[in-house]
Amino acid sequence: MVRVNEPRPRAAPDKLHRAMYREMLVSRELSDRMFALNRQGRAAFAVTGQGHEAAQVGSAHALRRGTDWVLPYYRDVGVMIALGMSPRDILLGLFAKADDPNSGGRQMPCHWSWPEARVVTRSSVIAANLPHAAGIAYASKLRGSKEVTVAYFGEGATSEGDFHEALNFATIHRLPVVFFCENNGYAISESTGKQMSVRHVADRAKGYDIIGSTVDGNDVLAVYQTARWNIEECRRGRGPKLVEAKTYRLVPHTSSDDDRRYRTRAELEEWIKRDPIDRFRKHLLEEGVITEDEDTALRAQVKGDIEEAVQSAEGAADPRPEDALRHVFAEDA
Amino acid sequence: MTEKTYIDAIHDALWEEMEQRDAMIVLGEDIQEGGVFRATDGLLARFGPARVLDTPLAESSIVGVAIGMATNGCLPVAEIQFADFAYPAFNQLISEAAKWRYRSDGGYGCPIVVRMPYGAGIRGALYHSQSIEALLAHVPGLKVVAPSSPADAKALLKAAIADPDPVVYFEHKKAYRMLKEDLDGDAPVRIGAAALRRTGDDITVISYGLMAHECLEAARELAADRAVDATVLDLRTLAPLDRGAILDAARRTGKVLIVHEDNLTGGIGAEVAALIAEHAFDALDAPIRRLASPDVPAMPFNAGMEEYCLPSREKIAQAMRELAAY
Repeated sequence: MVRVNEPRPRAAPDKLHRAMYREMLVSRELSDRMFALNRQGRAAFAVTGQGHEAAQVGSAHALRRGTDWVLPYYRDVGVMIALGMSPRDILLGLFAKADDPNSGGRQMPCHWSWPEARVVTRSSVIAANLPHAAGIAYASKLRGSKEVTVAYFGEGATSEGDFHEALNFATIHRLPVVFFCENNGYAISESTGKQMSVRHVADRAKGYDIIGSTVDGNDVLAVYQTARWNIEECRRGRGPKLVEAKTYRLVPHTSSDDDRRYRTRAELEEWIKRDPIDRFRKHLLEEGVITEDEDTALRAQVKGDIEEAVQSAEGAADPRPEDALRHVFAEDA
Repeated sequence: MTEKTYIDAIHDALWEEMEQRDAMIVLGEDIQEGGVFRATDGLLARFGPARVLDTPLAESSIVGVAIGMATNGCLPVAEIQFADFAYPAFNQLISEAAKWRYRSDGGYGCPIVVRMPYGAGIRGALYHSQSIEALLAHVPGLKVVAPSSPADAKALLKAAIADPDPVVYFEHKKAYRMLKEDLDGDAPVRIGAAALRRTGDDITVISYGLMAHECLEAARELAADRAVDATVLDLRTLAPLDRGAILDAARRTGKVLIVHEDNLTGGIGAEVAALIAEHAFDALDAPIRRLASPDVPAMPFNAGMEEYCLPSREKIAQAMRELAAY
């Protein structure tokens, strides 16, 4: 395995860092709100990825939005925020409203689909989207386009046969696809020792003779740098890449899970100390990219924006019940 | 006139559509060397390895990759070498392809075709003989076709490739070289349209695939003997069923026999019988009768056992006589 430890960009623009920071805050606030709305009985279900914000926002910024194909998984609130889906749109999904852009109120929340941004529909079935990523990348290569496909998944997905089949197919054809794993150490309750005999997901790259990179998934700039290098290598025709961002989910698997049954509070406390948002804020303050006052104002603004989006989305129209019959097949066929 | 076999018809449809559609790709196991049944013979030399694609021996990703290709502008026609090996791809067919359009609120389509050689009568034993069409016809979001003649094999494959939604195409292995006919010109066949093969006043026989051919032959023999004059309806598409044609055919005689090679319980015949019972009960003069393989897990290798299990022209004729005499 090759580890990518390139130096961070020395003079990356402040504007980019401020955007990333804001998106991480939006993602966290929105995710916290979605869980709270479930606890208040206002949303039937929530699945989010608090703690993954650096991995998600950092990697999404390395994509070419609207050009590259993206297959996010259900934790990827940060990816979608960074790609430009509005909190209101995400909340329309939470409340299963008619204007939910992902599925018109059909799918569980955070099961993304957004054709305009080349975000590809996915199911709840773990790893089933990885062969889709390979097929999309095959079509890109066949046309000679410079698109890259990025597929997101957790480390539990690497146990599925579709993970192997997708990596095998992609490497045989040297396809422009980045397999991006957000390794948070748990597949619901199962720790990585129950999922794999290797220490790192990136070690699995050896079986395909491709580069596997492991990066600190709580360091947004490191993730950005690693994702960017891997994506651009793909764009240059150098074949698939496997990237593993090591992180931790600070919340239960979903609103229906009790993580106290399988993780210690001490472990959680340790990871809270490594919260990717706190870490990036400290960095931005130290570098003088933002001030304490600006940060306080930004947080208040984000909170207000999300509250407004909640009010707006919760009051939006439900789909007509009989629209459950639509879109089984093409309607103009 | 040009005589073509059933497998020729499939081959020619693939060839002609590849010529017409730059976005079309054929993929599967052993495709490049022509396929184990020769459906893709010569395609590699004509269209090249990027569009005529040998896949790893991995059925889930054959379908999964096809879904991805279709999402990014291609028209993939995947081959599962034997329908018996399709089960690893069932997640991709049922959870993914069938729900692609529905779950994206119409945002994404999934124009894939998955060809599956199916059926018994060739000493294929448990894992090279299965009829799995009812399992997939049960899944909303998938279209399922099973042609019974070279002309339909060609026309339905072309219709499947043109279709904006996922189509599972069942081709009967025994029909490949057994069925031949003159094929000139291409009369299109619409997915969802059954075909009335013969009209007669005594009974109605409903079938599909190779068994529809056997039913038609049995009906011709019985008519020649002036024994039974039968209407024969070939379903051609198993999902969505041509309900109007089924009910019309049932009403025509009031006595219905449904024949398939798939085992009895939960087969296509059960759905057809339920439709008739629900909507044409008043027209029935006899209980609806089904002739199908028994509910054994799969076809045995022994010739006598296989023959025992499979419906045949003789068994069909016998059932027709009994129903006519009711």
